[in-house]
Amino acid sequence: MTNSLEDLARADVILLTGTNTIENHPVIAQMIKTAVLSGGTKLIVVDPRDISMARYAAVYLRPRPGTDVAWLNGMARLILAEGLADEKFIESRTEDFEELKRAVDAYTPELVQKITGIPHADLKKAARLYASAPSAAIYYAMGITQHTTGTDNVKAVANLAMLTGNIGRQGTGVNPLRGQNNVQGACDMGALPNVFPGYQPVSDDGARRKFEKAWGVKLPGEPGLTVLEMMNAAARGDIRAMYIVGENPVLTDPDSSHVVEALEKLDLLIVQDIFLTETAKLADVVLPGVASVEKEGTFTNTERLVQRSRKAVEPPGETRSDMDIVIDLSNRIGYKQSYSGPDKVMEEMASLTPSYAGISFGRLARGGIRWPCPDKKHRGTRILHAKEFTRGKGRFHPVEYIEPAELPDREYPFILTTGRMLYHYHTGSMTRRSRALAEYISDGWAEINPRDAKRLGIREGAPIRLSSRRGSVETKAKLSARSPEGVVFMSFHFAEQAVNRLTNPAMDKDGKIPEFKISAVKIDPVSST
Amino acid sequence: MAGISIKVNGRSVSAYPGTSVLEAARKIGIEIPTLCHHPELAPTGYCGVCVVEDLGSGRLITACDTPADHGMDISTDSPRVTEARRRILSLILSDHPETCVICEKGNACRLRELSSNLGLAFTSAQRLGHLRGVVDANPFIHRDLSKCIGCQLCVRACREIQGAEAVEFTWTGLKGRPLVTGDQEMSGSACELCGLCVSLCPVGALIEKPTAHTGVEEQSVSVICPYCGVGCTLSVRVRDNEVIGVQAGVPGSVNGPSLCVKGRYGLGYVQHGERLTKPLVREGDELVEASWDEALDKVAEGFKKTMKTHGTDSVGILASAKATNEENYLLQKFARAVIGTNNVDHCARL
Repeated sequence: MTNSLEDLARADVILLTGTNTIENHPVIAQMIKTAVLSGGTKLIVVDPRDISMARYAAVYLRPRPGTDVAWLNGMARLILAEGLADEKFIESRTEDFEELKRAVDAYTPELVQKITGIPHADLKKAARLYASAPSAAIYYAMGITQHTTGTDNVKAVANLAMLTGNIGRQGTGVNPLRGQNNVQGACDMGALPNVFPGYQPVSDDGARRKFEKAWGVKLPGEPGLTVLEMMNAAARGDIRAMYIVGENPVLTDPDSSHVVEALEKLDLLIVQDIFLTETAKLADVVLPGVASVEKEGTFTNTERLVQRSRKAVEPPGETRSDMDIVIDLSNRIGYKQSYSGPDKVMEEMASLTPSYAGISFGRLARGGIRWPCPDKKHRGTRILHAKEFTRGKGRFHPVEYIEPAELPDREYPFILTTGRMLYHYHTGSMTRRSRALAEYISDGWAEINPRDAKRLGIREGAPIRLSSRRGSVETKAKLSARSPEGVVFMSFHFAEQAVNRLTNPAMDKDGKIPEFKISAVKIDPVSST
Repeated sequence: MAGISIKVNGRSVSAYPGTSVLEAARKIGIEIPTLCHHPELAPTGYCGVCVVEDLGSGRLITACDTPADHGMDISTDSPRVTEARRRILSLILSDHPETCVICEKGNACRLRELSSNLGLAFTSAQRLGHLRGVVDANPFIHRDLSKCIGCQLCVRACREIQGAEAVEFTWTGLKGRPLVTGDQEMSGSACELCGLCVSLCPVGALIEKPTAHTGVEEQSVSVICPYCGVGCTLSVRVRDNEVIGVQAGVPGSVNGPSLCVKGRYGLGYVQHGERLTKPLVREGDELVEASWDEALDKVAEGFKKTMKTHGTDSVGILASAKATNEENYLLQKFARAVIGTNNVDHCARL
């Protein structure tokens, strides 16, 4: 997030898109809902599913899945046409504005309505509301990013914020909501194939030399492979050994049967987890880790806030923390290292990572700190890009609407879109083992529009089969107008109906994110005999 | 802004205009008892327990929703105040079941605490029998509205803090009670089962089911929630090395008094019987228990062999969005410095 949660309620307008916030980030949803109910904030919701948050919206737009660049460009065009752009901000803070202007010019309200299904008048209402607010913030999540055009979608979002000068001030910003308690931290720490901690590129000679000196070894300068690329390389036989810590790709990655094939082909698969997950079952060696309530450490939340988490209970049996295991393994392989505790690991990391340089366990004991925090006196950064962007001037990146990789056709006439539900989480390895949650909702369903269901002769709760070009799953139908006609929604929490057997592994070419939000499927009733 | 000054129990206190008598008194360490008050909610004066006397005018006023006025002389414990407070509490008690011994709220009950502070017993008032059915509709919340004292903290919190408006107060007078809006089942309503109302209920009308009958914690430990990326602080209640419950409200936390259904009720997995407790090593189709030495040597030898035969880039490592920063740092260092590959990623995209 460019901004912090503290200034969320300062926004006069919040534009929520591609985030089912009430179910995926309930406590942020609570902040947004109370801001709206208090009368201080107006809400625009843009989502193909009529999510509960739409009930709080002053304007609700319902685009067809996968058409985000079209409506975002259309809004930019309307803002320009109505003279609502922030010319001072564009002039002093940005570049390549002319390119943006040219690119969005084709996105007339008529064309946008044709592509997205959003009525002209509604788009105009949203554009006016967003652009005329003194402070307007955009919040988004995987509904924007999990597309083959995910990077383009984010660029189009950023264009809108820059066009209206809604960046670098309280109550504004471009704010992605991160979905896991330390996904921000894992990225910050360089658990990515192209960067060291603090997003210092591995290909940068200076950065590499710094880490080589600190770690006392020669380091590779070519970026490595992303998750899905690793799976493909494993299937080809180029990756021969994998070490998977606290992840369950058999259920989370698209096209599961391909993932299982790839993992089975490995010479060596090591899985470190707290449960014998679907992925761990395929492993050659399974190492038992400890749960987060059983260890000391820090996590970084969606607003870049680094916080300490304390050890509440002793871990069971012979389990060992990830930290302990990794250090032991390094020593056995021949790279000697030791730390007296996680605080010392953070000390080493901070000494090599400018954005975390001023953060330490000692300081965090008195409360969380938002990075960048360049030195020990710095109090952290609530709002990014306040005076200038990381690269100096903010650059408009013109983007064009491109169709999703796999559209419905006669054989597979429905769009399948996937996500989470409020009561469960990711592959269910934790929530399905927590009694109250598991008791409340014990299995999944496919949410289907009642009109589609009627046409197919499917009743509430009826067993159905969803099939794509990659596989099929059986589930039950939940009739709800939350899903628009032609769209069916499933969560990926339930191994018995692993929806990722169906999903399309097509990826965004830059972000390498799979298109979970759009796969073509067909739906058949299953006879109960 | 010019400050104002009032006297509470003979001591002077200055405050900003708009400060309530309750807040002004608290500033100098004088606690006025309350039942329906919560610092995050607009004051209402519903319960009347915070009654104080304005010695200047002789009026009895509710301290939570009366703004301090310059020159006020307030008594929080005059005989008239004590008598009024006893009367108010007696009336509440007359419509409250005498089931304290087996009530899950136990000594955490505010009504019980205030009554015993004032030396009140149940028998001091004429009993009113307003029994209402116990609602046991879901695995999270147990509702026993015969214990409801009508403070409306649940209704107000659901509206003002949670923004869900899932509960409303229906009927009037003695029949009044909070209901899920439209008197529906919780599961079909706007209720998100966040548990905020339960955590604020001053009596035993709303009880957390998953943690009922687990006793009192030995300590509470601040843990960052293991689920989404909001970074809520869970105050984890621990007894006998077990997690017996979760509370919000840790000062300085992102979430304040709020949590979601997963954060509040979703830590059961920690003690689940299927936790892995020993390393496992594959023997044919089976995964069998092994010692750490055996397992880690096998891993180290396997890595060394793969690196030697197929090169360092034949190894791939997935770190974890569930592990700590320190662990992720070590995992990417392991990939880069120990193995010699940049093939390290995690599920940021999934």
